[in-house]
Order: sequence, then C-alpha cells, then structure tokens
Amino acid sequence: MADTTARMGTDAVQADYMALTRRKRVYSVVLLAVFVALMAAGFRTADSRNAGGFWDGITHVFDFPAEVLGEAWANAARLPGHLVDHLPALVETLNIAAASTLIGTAFGTLLALLSTRGLARWPGLIPVFRRTMDVARAIPEIVIALVLIFVLGGGPVPAMIAIAIHTTGALGKLFSEVNENVSLKPVEGLQSVGATWAQKMYLGVIPQVGPNYVSYALLRLEINIRASAILGFVGAGGIGYDLRNAMSWGQGRYDQAAAIFILLFLTIVAVDQFSGYLRTQLTHGRQPREGARA
Amino acid sequence: MTVTTSDIDLLKAGADHLFRTKRLMGFAVPAVAILYLAYIFFAFDVAGLWSRADVEKAHTLISDSYSYKMHVTRDNRTGQVDVSIEGRRNGTYDADKAPDWVARGTETVIDLGRDNIVTFGPGSRVTYAIPGYGTFTADPGRNGVNATYPPGELPGWINASRNRVAITTEAGRLTVTRNRTEVFRYFLGWEAFWFTIDSPYYGMNVIDVASHAVRGEAGDIWTAFWTNTMWRHQDVAWALFETILMAFLGTFGAGIVALPLAFLAARNFSPFLAVRFTMRRAFDFVRGVDALIWTIVLARAFGPGPLTGALAILVTDTGTFGKIFSEALENVDKAPIEGVTSTGANAVQRYRFGVIPQVVPVLISQLLYFLESNTRSATVIGAITGGGIGLLITQAIITQQDWEKVTYFIVLIVLLVMAMDSLSGWLRRRLIAGGDSGP
Repeated sequence: MADTTARMGTDAVQADYMALTRRKRVYSVVLLAVFVALMAAGFRTADSRNAGGFWDGITHVFDFPAEVLGEAWANAARLPGHLVDHLPALVETLNIAAASTLIGTAFGTLLALLSTRGLARWPGLIPVFRRTMDVARAIPEIVIALVLIFVLGGGPVPAMIAIAIHTTGALGKLFSEVNENVSLKPVEGLQSVGATWAQKMYLGVIPQVGPNYVSYALLRLEINIRASAILGFVGAGGIGYDLRNAMSWGQGRYDQAAAIFILLFLTIVAVDQFSGYLRTQLTHGRQPREGARA
Repeated sequence: MTVTTSDIDLLKAGADHLFRTKRLMGFAVPAVAILYLAYIFFAFDVAGLWSRADVEKAHTLISDSYSYKMHVTRDNRTGQVDVSIEGRRNGTYDADKAPDWVARGTETVIDLGRDNIVTFGPGSRVTYAIPGYGTFTADPGRNGVNATYPPGELPGWINASRNRVAITTEAGRLTVTRNRTEVFRYFLGWEAFWFTIDSPYYGMNVIDVASHAVRGEAGDIWTAFWTNTMWRHQDVAWALFETILMAFLGTFGAGIVALPLAFLAARNFSPFLAVRFTMRRAFDFVRGVDALIWTIVLARAFGPGPLTGALAILVTDTGTFGKIFSEALENVDKAPIEGVTSTGANAVQRYRFGVIPQVVPVLISQLLYFLESNTRSATVIGAITGGGIGLLITQAIITQQDWEKVTYFIVLIVLLVMAMDSLSGWLRRRLIAGGDSGP
C-alpha cells in the first residue's frame, strides 16, 4: 500500500517534471525563433537602408585594405619617416586619453563617495548624484565634443572634456559598486578622533578601494584611447585628425594612412597588454596578502 | 617561544618602513597626478583657450537651446512682410495670417511686449518706440538707412553705421539695412514642436487637441504631428530605430560569430596549440584594429548606412567576445561534462547538456552589457558612417543654428541609452535568475 502510494507519488513527480521540461523547451524554442526572426528582419532592414548592399559589398571588403597595404608596401622606404612624423599626434591622442581618465577618475571618485549609502556627505542628495552619473554616462562623447568644438574651436581640450565627462559617469558607477563592500570600521575609527569628511574618505576609504579603482581606471584608459582617436576623426586633434587628412588625400597617398593605422594598432595593443598586466598584478598580486591578514 | 629585543626592533623597523612607504605613496600619487595635469595645462594651451573661445557663440547656443525667435521681415524693395519661425521657409505664416502680436495692414504694427512697439510703414519707414529712451525712425533707401535717433549720445545697445543699424533691447532686436528691415522677438520653448504653422492644430492647447481627437480627428492629428516638416518626428524615430538596430545586429551578430571561434581558442576544448594560438592572435588583432579603422574600411565597401555601422560593431566585438567567451569556456567545471559522458552521451550531447548550461549565463550577461554600451557606440559610429541618430545630430550641429534640435537629440539619446540600460538589466535578471531557479 505504502509502496504504491510512493510509486504514484514518483509518477506524479515525474509527469510534472516532464511537463515542466517540455514547457521550458517550448519557451526556449519560441524565444530562439523570435530572436532569429528579429535578426533576419533587422538585417534585411539595415541592408535596404544602407547605401551599398551587403552582398555587393562583401566581395569588396578587402579592396581598401589591400590598396592601402599595397601602397604602403610600394613606398615601404618612406614608412619609418611617416611613423616619426605622426608621433606628436599620437602623443596628443594619448595625452587626451590619459588626462581625461585622470580627471574622470577624480570626479568619479568624488561622485561615487557622495552617492554611496553610509559614506555620503549629504545622504539626502544621493539620488541627485546618482542621476548626474547616469546622465554623464549616457551622453556619447562625440556630442559633447562637437558642441564644444563649436564654442572653443578645434583642438584637444574639447575632446578631453567630453571624454572626461563620460569617464566620470562610467567610473562613478563602477566605483560606487566597489564602495558598497567597504568596511566602515576605519571610517568610524577616524570619526572617533574627529576627522573631517575628506579625511575620513582619503584615509579610511580610499586605501581599501584603491587597487580596484586603479584597475577600473586602467580599463577605462584602454577605452579612452580608442575614443580619443575617434574624436580626433571629427576634428578634435590628435592621430584621428591626421588619419582623416591622410584619407582625404585619396589614392596614391595611402602610405601615410597606413603609417597611422600601424601606429594606432601598435599603441592600442601595447596599452592593452600593459594595462592587462598591471590589472592582474593589482587584483591577483594583492589577494594572498589580504588573505594572510584575515 | 619568546620575543627577543632584536625581534621587536626588527618589527619596529619594518613597521616604520611600511609607514614611510605608505606616507610617500599617499603624497606622491596625487603629486604626480597634479604635475601631469600641469603639463597637460601647458601642452594643450588651456590658458590660451579662453582667448580663442567664442562667448557670442556660447551665448547663441545656450539661448537657442531653450528659446526660439520669431522673425518679422520686410523686403524694402517689394514691401512684402513675412512672419516666420527662425526665418525658415517651412515655418512662415501665410501672407494674410500672423500671430496676435503682429497687426498686418497698410502699416504693420509689431508689439514686442513691455511697451516696445515697432511700426513698418508708411512706405519703407520703420519706427521703434523704445520705452525710457524715445522713438527711433529710419527711412531705408538707396542712399542708406537714414536713421533719426532721439537727442543725446547713442547708447551702447545701438550699433549704427550708414548702411546698417542694429538695436538690441530686452524685448527683442531690430536690424535695418537698405534692403531689409527685420525684427526678432524671443520666446521660451521649442516652437512648432507638435504641429507646424500650416496645420489646423497649430497653437491649440492640449485640451482642445484632445477634444478634437475625441471627435474623430485622432488620425489627422497624428499625421500632422508625424509629418511635422520642422522637427521631422518620423525621420527622428527612424533614426533612433536604426541606432538600436545597429547595436542589436552588431552585438548579437558578434556573439553568434564569436561563440564557435571561442571553442577553438579555449585550452580545454581545442587540442591543437597552433589553432588556439592563431585564434587568440586573431581576436587580439581584431580588437586592436579598433572600431574607428573598421568603420572606415567597411564604409568603403558598403557605403554609408546602418548596415555598415552594424558590421563595424560586429567585427570589433567579435574580438572582444572571442576573448571573454574563451576565458569563460576555460573556467567551466569538468564534473557535469563527465556526468553527461557517463550516461553514454555523444559529443554533441556533451556540449549541449554539459557545457552550454554552464556558459550561457555568462554569455548572455556579457551580450546584454555590450548591447547597452553599443547603443552609445552606434551613435558615435553613425556620426562617422552616416546612419541613425548620430548622423542627425552631427547634421544639426554642422548647421550651427539648430541648437534646439541638438538639445532635443541629446535628450533623446540620453533617454535611449538609459532605456537600453534598464532593458538590459531587466533581461539579465529575468534570463539569468530565471534560468538558475528553474528546474
């Protein structure tokens, strides 16, 4: 008797389970079908609204790189000279990225501290600072840069301000997530000896979150170098500006463009590698020591 | 175990050293940062920036972004008077119509508010009664503006020469040249945002429009709004859609391309070192070339448009996803795969039931993160390749006078990115949390 009930129980459970699995599978298939349909429809729409069609273009994808490389190869002797010529512009691009990362990190830190519960100077204003970061993060750099170029004229400063604003928002969000896990004991200790808010933050919080902050800031530096090259392309100076000029000279002068492509590529790879190395040092190099302390 | 004095000294020395390095770091890092910023200050010539900055432009930009001006223009040769929004042809009133502060007739009387009255006529004469100053009169003709001012020295807000007079008051602005007399009056807001002047619904308040809609004109009202020739709501909606489309196609396309390649690059799935090495270098190469260069290269092949933008995102992100996915694959737990193998599963089933369930949450969450950030990238790439809202905003900036539109597009982009942010967060929670708690 007990045996049959148990068997009926397991049968019911099994039937239930099979029904659930079936339903889940149906959902998955429907979701997948919707996704595939969206992709296909999206592709067709994009294709029809593009100036050149996909199937015409796909055969010509390598025409332009081949042309550029061919000309670079033909004028290989001039290439080292071009590389040296464009170094100042590259330095400017790097400076834009580095300065904006630095400024963005400073403001991001401030906003993150002001918008973390438990650390905020004015707890009532936390939503205001959060919204500020959201908006700063959402505006694409190119928009601020173009508006500032109109007012301030071309040059690196509009790009620097534009990237710094976006960096402030992006890093502020990441930093405030890091701040959530901060131990409040050092802060309380500092409070007991009468420290001001700035002292509590600089001496009590920053040493705890420093490695994480630096790691995120390095990641941002990689992104910002790319952004600063793009902004140069719309008139903000640096290697992107040189690239646009080199492109506009057209056929027969692509060896300059090739040199810039090479410089940009090498820089991005080098910075990626360097910052990747530093970040592993920061996160993995620290862990044993923190573990040992605990 | 006893602690000797020398041990204590050693510990003290160690602690002192630690404090010294910490103190040094505490001061050195900010000092280096400040030194670097000082170098940037001079390298970028920030001091000289203020002399180059154009305050006038900044003023136009800001005031134009929240206000608009109405032009009342008289052609002094034909005597024709036009009333228009910002001087646009598609914002011009018909010859027999005018807003209530302009009285048409043989003499056109323009009330600028605050007792400022400008009168066109008779003939080509223009008079401007300026409260607290007097009446300005001009008879523009072939030999100049022929202006008459109230007695006394000319104030700073009147800019006068033989052929041109410009008077800027708090109420508006009057410019007189030989061929043209023009009055500007400034208003708050964005004019004709809902309906253009030629629409019957222009100037109606919300309640009136709603009552018309209830009486069966909803379709007409929508058409009038949707085909607004000044704000082009239809084109803007399409542009926003194109931007989302670029981000969507690019992100998920990259995911689809990168997943199989990631298997080839993962140590535990790809037995051949050479294949692994090649795949990884390929990912690094694609990432290193950068979206800017890919955009330029692809724009040459496919021409401007959303497809080019989508492909540029797709190619760049294939490198990034390949790297992330292969790292996720290298971190999979072996136990479920062995469990599935022990039931006699073949290779495909091993992947389907042993590997995919482990990596799918990571993949989906990465894809959704990138979907949000690519919405912003799509705006930037659109500005370069010419597609989506990025193209519209660069066009509006290039005209250097549509700052109200620039503001409108910035608001739209911010809202779009925030909406994508919430959507991706919501989907992440739904898909991943739902997948974990399910049977």
